[in-house]
Amino acid sequence: MELTLCHLYPELMNLYGDRGNVIALSRRCQWRGIRITIEPRTLGDEVDLSSYDIIFIGGGQDREQRLICSDFRFKKGASLKEAIESGCVVLAICGGYQLLGRAYITLEKEEIQGIGALDLVTYAGDRRMIGNVVIESRVDGLTGTIVGFENHSGRTYLGDGLSPLGKVLRGYGNNGEDGTEGVSYRNTFGTYLHGSLLPKNPTFTDHLIRLALLRKYGETEITPLDDALEQAAHREAIRIAGEVS
Amino acid sequence: MKRLLFFAALYISKILIRFLRLTGRGGSTLPGRVARRVYPGILRELAAQPRAVAIVTGTNGKTTTSTILARILRETGQSVVHNSSGANLLSGVTTSLVSFSNLRGEITADVAVLEVDEATVPIVLDEVPAKVVLVTNFFRDQLDRYGELEYSVSAVKRGLSKLGPDAKAVLNADDPIVASLGEGLSAETVYYGIDDPRLLHKNRSHASDVKHCGGCGAPLEYDGYFYAHLGWYRCERCASRRPWPHLAAENVELRGGEGTTFSVKGHGGRMTLPGLYNLYNAMAALGAAVTLGASIDAALGAIESFESAFGRMERLSVQGRKVFMALAKNPTGFNQVLSTLFRDGTNAPYLMIAINDRIADGKDVSWLWDVDFEVLADKQLEFVVVSGLRAYDMAVRLKYAGVSAGKISVEPGLPAAFTKAIASTPQGETLTVLPTYTAMLELRQYLVRKGYTKAW
Ligand SMILES: [Zn+2]
Repeated sequence: MELTLCHLYPELMNLYGDRGNVIALSRRCQWRGIRITIEPRTLGDEVDLSSYDIIFIGGGQDREQRLICSDFRFKKGASLKEAIESGCVVLAICGGYQLLGRAYITLEKEEIQGIGALDLVTYAGDRRMIGNVVIESRVDGLTGTIVGFENHSGRTYLGDGLSPLGKVLRGYGNNGEDGTEGVSYRNTFGTYLHGSLLPKNPTFTDHLIRLALLRKYGETEITPLDDALEQAAHREAIRIAGEVS
Repeated sequence: MKRLLFFAALYISKILIRFLRLTGRGGSTLPGRVARRVYPGILRELAAQPRAVAIVTGTNGKTTTSTILARILRETGQSVVHNSSGANLLSGVTTSLVSFSNLRGEITADVAVLEVDEATVPIVLDEVPAKVVLVTNFFRDQLDRYGELEYSVSAVKRGLSKLGPDAKAVLNADDPIVASLGEGLSAETVYYGIDDPRLLHKNRSHASDVKHCGGCGAPLEYDGYFYAHLGWYRCERCASRRPWPHLAAENVELRGGEGTTFSVKGHGGRMTLPGLYNLYNAMAALGAAVTLGASIDAALGAIESFESAFGRMERLSVQGRKVFMALAKNPTGFNQVLSTLFRDGTNAPYLMIAINDRIADGKDVSWLWDVDFEVLADKQLEFVVVSGLRAYDMAVRLKYAGVSAGKISVEPGLPAAFTKAIASTPQGETLTVLPTYTAMLELRQYLVRKGYTKAW
């Protein structure tokens, strides 16, 4: 079996160790004998994103985010929207997550269009939400805790038809108000959590791999791995998040 | 009345400094803040007294660079005052100058070398008539505390624009963001850098941040990288390029933990501080010293005799084993330490890594994923003990870097981890310890208590 992962704008959108997510996905495939190819795609590349099994996009600083904004909207946006609708596995962190939505409203009330794949809107805030996060997910196949670290001033609100990735147990989440964190839509996941996210949440990583294999091969079983160390780090992260708040 | 307030501020502040020191609390903020409250002009008056003030700023290497600079100037016969690394904000700088002044309110030193936080540079330059502003580099560093890189860059840029034509900006030619600060300045610019194409790599390391032209925003083309985004670059769109350095290190031989040899304009240099990043620190200090009138030979002589700043790196001996401890506080620093230790031929098979997530370390440990620990995977690593408050994060990072699980042991408590690592290191061999900032402080406390080293 083999999977192809598209890493969008790896040079520009890698703010909080985001490449750790790609490392986690590729290692956990390799350890199971699943061949995985990573293809970086950046500014200007014309690309049919639905042909990929997994698409990853991280967060960027303001300047980088502005640089990719028009490329994302006018070059890759339509293709990514199509990929999301066709059940492609997509993971978007922080800035990448915001860009999947309808718009980002700056403090000056300027409206920056997203690709509009998901019915969510982000408002710039003047307060940064920073710290350890624990959420509880009820997404099918992904129930349980997810841990990470957040650092964002944008406040994201989901439209009525959308489910969050999870409920906030510790931290701020989407907006620090409604107790939701992230988004889950078809096989697409958006979240503010980095840390990096996937290495300490092996269940989440495996869920993404399983969804990708299911879409490509109709295969649902994957070989279990020894996760003692990852699980210990996960439990430790929950303990630390509990201590700090 | 002005005189009276000046002396009131000076004495209150001096008494506070003395009091805080006696009660063991140190603290460099309060005395300066109080002094400024009593007499807002105090920093301006004190800073006008030395013959020259040199300001050192940038993300990495401020402390090492300013310490080397102070040393060069002293060895050329000048009297120098130099603030400590913890005092690089406005009130801290004020505290330092108060403590440098005598009871008559005079600073008799020839030169003041001031390490200043990037964001504080424009505010300090409003009051301090700097002869030289030295900028080392710009890296992403502990984002959760300082906000974004552009903020630091624009602050330093704003500061430099305040310099008059008799001041000089000493800039790193190999860092495109630092180099672009030189454009349009009324102050003269002096560039330093590395001119040795043998050290250029074709590939950029993952921790690199900056890839776009400061002039037009187009992606920069690199002939090669020295490390991270430092290298030989040019912009295809607006034809701006790496400035030719006035002072460059040539014929560079990196000898791992042994140090580095190099030459500047035909004068041979040697330093015991290892790694390219320390060569940049030395060249930055040399650039500023030469700008202030030192000769290249005198500067190289002082650099050669320089050991290390504040135990950022230290060697000790514990129960018949050698211990080499080097601070590893952010991706760039960590990558530099790793590439110094694991260069061809050199090796560090007995390893301890300690990661804390206290405020001084950065609360967010995501940066561990930006460090190229993959270099450890194919090396002859005997063991790695991971420790600190974020020991498990580090252990997972190493596992995903390809270090076999059998070689990783997790021991969050620092003394226990150190004891275990020492016991596992054969007699006569070297244990390498790489801690984050507060892990280093904690570990040093333990080592001092055990009598293996002295308190700073
Ligand atoms: Zn340009």
